[in-house]
Amino acid sequence: MKVGVVVFPGSNCDRDMYHVLTDVFHLDAEYYWHEKGLPENIDAVILPGGFSYGDRLRAGVIAAHSPIIKDVQKMAEKGIPVLGVCNGFQILVESGLLPGVLLKNESLNFMCEWTNLIVENNKTPFTNQFKLNEKIPIPIANGEGRYYVDDDTMKELKKKNQIVFRYSEVVNGSSNRIAGVCNEDGNVVGMMPHPERAVESEINPIDNKPSSLIFESLLTKMGVNK
Amino acid sequence: MATFQVHVTIENKPGISDPEGETILNDLVLKGTHKTVSKIKTAKMLKFTIIENDKQTAQSKVQEICDDLRIYNPMVSVVTIDVFEN
Repeated sequence: MKVGVVVFPGSNCDRDMYHVLTDVFHLDAEYYWHEKGLPENIDAVILPGGFSYGDRLRAGVIAAHSPIIKDVQKMAEKGIPVLGVCNGFQILVESGLLPGVLLKNESLNFMCEWTNLIVENNKTPFTNQFKLNEKIPIPIANGEGRYYVDDDTMKELKKKNQIVFRYSEVVNGSSNRIAGVCNEDGNVVGMMPHPERAVESEINPIDNKPSSLIFESLLTKMGVNK
Repeated sequence: MATFQVHVTIENKPGISDPEGETILNDLVLKGTHKTVSKIKTAKMLKFTIIENDKQTAQSKVQEICDDLRIYNPMVSVVTIDVFEN
């Protein structure tokens, strides 16, 4: 299976993501520059973290107008798994592929720390290897990570099981402590924390298994035996 | 055709917290002698220079740009557009 890693000007977790996909999970991965298109034979698309366009105007909003987003939208409509991490999540909400918006953290600080997430939806292509309500340690690194939706949208998210991850405690002021959501079909997932930074025990002081399960879920979804 | 300056002010909707504004109010202004201030809201302003036929067209064109390109996020923000003739 082939995974596309989309690169925008200012992406800076693209190589970490590529490294994890290729060196750790032995997948065929390729970078795709945001001005170009995605080929038809891609099996999954990942929008990595970083600071596309230097977060100018609002994190993710300028990249959301990049030509490649039309292809990401087409892939999403076809049911292909799409994951946005951190700035990738911000780009997915700004492009309308996911509901909500990511505001500056309540503290106004850039937050770089370990958090605990609760898995609220284990049916997505990136969470199918978790137990429901499993608590997982995972690092965050963002300045605009406070997820916000209005009350009506929140009701819809709950009704349609679109809340994928919640922080176990208040971290940044996110509505309902949300850390990650999916689209109605569940194939497009966005999350603020960085699983690609935590799958290797050498750089993970706590537990690298939970972050690995995000990628193993994708392998399972695609029927790849590790 | 004439040149217009169009000021686009983007601010949070009521009910969306503005921690920067609150800090400026509580930890700077109210700690001084300026006790009559009751609220401060931060906003971002974009200043467009645009050449159009008239003031109204300049305003509607900039509004269209803001809506089409999501210059502001309608879920959390509102824009105020002020037009000035050069």
